[in-house]
Parts: sequence; C-alpha cells; structure tokens
Amino acid sequence: MHQVQVTPDEVKKIAKLANLKLQDNEVNLFADQFTETIEVVNHLNEIDTDKIKATYQVNSLSNVTRADEVDQARILPQKTALREAKKTHHGFFVVERLIDSDAEELI
Amino acid sequence: MKQLHELTIKEVLDGYQNHDFTCVDLVKHFLNRIEKYNPKLNIYLALNKKVIEEATEIDKEIIEKGIIRPLLGIPFAIKDNFLTLGIKTTAGSNILKGYRPQYESTVTKKLLDAGAIFLGKTNMDSFAHGSSTETSAFGPTLNPWNPEKLPGGSSGGSAAAISAQLATVALGSETAGSIRQPSAWCGVTGLKPTYGRVSRYGCIAMASSTDSPGPIGRSVEDCAIVLEVISGKDNKDATTSPAPNEKYSDNLEASDLRGVRIGLVKEYLLLNMRDDVKNLILNAANKLRLLGATVDEISLMDPKYAIGVYTVIQRSEVSSNLARFDGIRFGKDRDVLCEETKRRIMLGTYTLSAGYYDAYYKKAQAVRTKIIEQFTTIFKTYDAVIGAVSPGPALPVGATKNKAMFGEMEDILLEQSSVAGLTSAGVPCGFVDGLPIGLQITCDQLQESKVFKIADCYQRHTQFQLFPDLDKTL
Repeated sequence: MHQVQVTPDEVKKIAKLANLKLQDNEVNLFADQFTETIEVVNHLNEIDTDKIKATYQVNSLSNVTRADEVDQARILPQKTALREAKKTHHGFFVVERLIDSDAEELI
Repeated sequence: MKQLHELTIKEVLDGYQNHDFTCVDLVKHFLNRIEKYNPKLNIYLALNKKVIEEATEIDKEIIEKGIIRPLLGIPFAIKDNFLTLGIKTTAGSNILKGYRPQYESTVTKKLLDAGAIFLGKTNMDSFAHGSSTETSAFGPTLNPWNPEKLPGGSSGGSAAAISAQLATVALGSETAGSIRQPSAWCGVTGLKPTYGRVSRYGCIAMASSTDSPGPIGRSVEDCAIVLEVISGKDNKDATTSPAPNEKYSDNLEASDLRGVRIGLVKEYLLLNMRDDVKNLILNAANKLRLLGATVDEISLMDPKYAIGVYTVIQRSEVSSNLARFDGIRFGKDRDVLCEETKRRIMLGTYTLSAGYYDAYYKKAQAVRTKIIEQFTTIFKTYDAVIGAVSPGPALPVGATKNKAMFGEMEDILLEQSSVAGLTSAGVPCGFVDGLPIGLQITCDQLQESKVFKIADCYQRHTQFQLFPDLDKTL
C-alpha cells in the first residue's frame, strides 16, 4: 500500500471535528506524527481479513438491559450534579449558544 | 521483626487481631514515610485528609466487632482515575485539576465497604495516556529503585507506591499494559483481570473495550485478596461479566505445578531484546519446569501487528470518550488538554472519520478477531502463556520525549492479551543493571484462578520480591 501523508490542512480539519484548538507548532508536528503512526498501522494490511468479522466486544455479552424503572440509587441529586458546572441557571447547565451564533458553520 | 510498611494484607490483619499495633499506628507510619519520600518520588497527588479519623473508627470496630470485613484497616494507594467522593480526582490531567467527584466508583466503593482505608491518590499518565507517568500534568513519578529512571505507566504512581512501601497495597487500571508494565519496572506484582471481571463504573474512561481495573501489590496473594473483593457483576456497567465471584485466595500455596501446561511465546523473545533479559525469561521457564509444569515453545502472531490494532482501537475510543470533557458540566475548558491527550483524541477522530472508518477501525477490529482466535486455539492445549512484560528494564526520565508512540512500542508484549480481554499477572523474575524485570503469566478469560496459582507458586519458590532501601537509592 502506498504511503499515507497526513497534511497540515487535514490536521486542522480533524482538530475542528474534535473541538480542539491547536498551537501553530502543533499543526505541523501532528501532521508528521500522524503520518508516522498511520505507517505503523498500515502494517495491518499485510494480514488477510477478507472473511473475518470484526470484534467490538470481547466478553460475548450483548443487549444487556434492565427494567425501565426509576432507580433512585442511580440518580444524582440536582445540587450535586450541578456543583462542578461552570455556569448554571435555575437548576440547569448553561451552554454556549450554538444556533444563530457568530461561530463558524459546523462541519 | 518486620516493620509496619513491610507487611502483607494477611500480616496486617494478624497484627490487628493480636493487638500488636492499631490502624492509627499503621496509617501514621505510612504518613511519616510519605512525608519523607513523596517530595522526591512524586507518587501521591493528593492525600486523604480524613485518614486519621477513619483509622480511629476502624480501631473502634476492631475492638467492638473483631475483624469481620476482609480488608479492614488495610491502607491503599488509589490510582487517580478512580472517582472518590472524599478525595479530589484529576486523572493526572489539568482539565480535572481540583475536580471533586460527585459519586464513588464501584471499585473504590467495594474497597471501602470491605473496610479499606485510602491513604491518597497516585500519579498517572494524563488520562492514562502513556506508559511512563511523563504525560502527567503534575510531573513524572520517579522509580524507587533508581530516581533517574521512570516507574512505567500509566499506573506508575500505584506501582511505585508499593515498591517504595508507601502503602500496603494499591489499585491500578490497565488498558494495555498499565498494570503489568509499571509493576515490572518497579519490581512489584500486578494483576490485570479479564475484561468485564471488574466494573469500570467511575473509572475515568480511556478505551472502554479494554479498560480493566486491578490490584498492584507486594505479592500474588495480596492481589488475589483484593481482586476477590473488587470483582463481580455491576448493574452500573453493562459489560461486567455475570460469572459468579470466586475466592481466589483459597486457590494459592500449591506445592507444585504438576499437570500445568505452559506455552513460552517464541515471538515474545524479541530479536532486539537484550540477552540478559531473555535469559531471565528462560530461567523463569526452567523454574516453572522444576516446579512440575510442562513448558513448550509456542508461536503467536508477530506482536508488531498488535501495535497497529491497539493504536487504532484505543485512539478511536479515546476520541469518543474524551468528547465529554467540554468544560460545561465539570472540569476546565478543552484548551488545557495536554499535547498527548490532543494527539490521541485527534488520531482517533481521524480513524473514525468518514472514508477512513473501514480502512482503519474496522480493519483493526478484524485483526483483533484473528488474535482472539489464535489464543482460543492455544488455550485448548495450554493453561497459560508466558513471556517478558516489557522488552527491557525501566527507561531514563525523559525517554518519552518526541516519541508519539512510546507507550505502544513499550507495551508490545502486552497488547495482544489486552485486546483479547485476557487475564494476566506481572511478577518479578530478576534484575538487570540493578533494575527489576517482570514475567507475564497470561490465561484465558475468567481463568484468574489459574493465573494466581501459577504466579503464586512461582513467587513462593523464587526470591525476587525485593524492595529498595530508599535511604540508599534516593
């Protein structure tokens, strides 16, 4: 497989997707490092996995459910839940405005 | 006579029973040692301010009720990624600096219910992203055997706490190597449980499909005693196994290992591995033979492929798990995340993004299936596989600089067992250059009893459970 080159522009795009702000020096640094990492990962192409299913869960459990009932023991009191928040208003978390904001259009 | 910091869990409980010392005596003894050595080693990030109060209560309980609870008055060092109501929790990161958890993790709750007492929270790689403690926002922990070396990681603080004898026993967590590797570099014993054997609830997530909390201790026996308390089904973690709890400590002190079949993994004796390290592993294999086990050389997939599998799975899951750190409900702004954290989140975002998902994420999960199939075949014939924990002894402080894949490369011998969700112990098996080397003993899922039996028998018949004299090493 040909070598994959991660470009500084791609790094900027990924940073936006991941909601991260990068320092200028980090853009080029990460581009080089991601290229290097992907090269190691691409060794996986040496292994034939054509008829092999992916494993996402290793201990064979699936669809673990519980009764749809309120369990008070699992609920944080509102005051506790809000305690570490940066900004609250009448018992709610306050978040940044997303719609009709001046921020750049979302990807 | 042994000093208080040299006692195992059983010896502490015997001491309480015989009224040789009180819990307050033991806690004060550790606090004195912490005051003396922690400034140099940087093992504890925060101490439990109520510890003397709690020890006083435990002393009352010992007199009034006797020792009914299995870990009554046992002083623990807790890795800082477990949420603890009474002690601030940072996961070694700036974004959680000063964070006061709103609930208790299942594992620490189980320890407290069993009577354990927490001395404090230990240093770790930021969000467990690393194998050195060098990515911690609070500086690296130093190796008690030689302060110019790293302790390994990510549970480096917990492993160093045992090596420096600043706690009786410790709690760590492993995603791929984070219990076994620092245990090896610090010369102590660690047990990575089967994935799902121990609840992840309240353990700050790294890669949810492999994260496994587990004990680090002075001995295999201590790890067994702790694991039987913390393991089990938890309705707050849907991935916990419904398998019944076991009393692992009942299965120890085997006189020999007759009938046990062990595979020595050929590929784990890496080409570039130092001969003296290789020889320690071959010596360990011979020791197991002398104890009655059969040891055959076996072959597994080249471990270099596990680096790719693990890197993609872990970075992808990190990208998803760390999305919750948005500075809205708790913690500081995302801007204060360290370079390593950003690097991992972003690579994971890349491998999960449109157009790359099949090439990287799905491919890695398919190779993971192949790794699992190989182990399944091997465990039809063998009870356990062995190899080195780490390719060499502890590396110098600064070794991670400019190495974007330091942890993945150092944990090359541990990633296969981690992505397959297996259980594995790291036990000391000798020294090179005055630094300890660890042996991994890995068994199939839910075969912790087998791991403990083999590791315990090996440990009782070898003399590598050594602890540095800090007045000389520091």
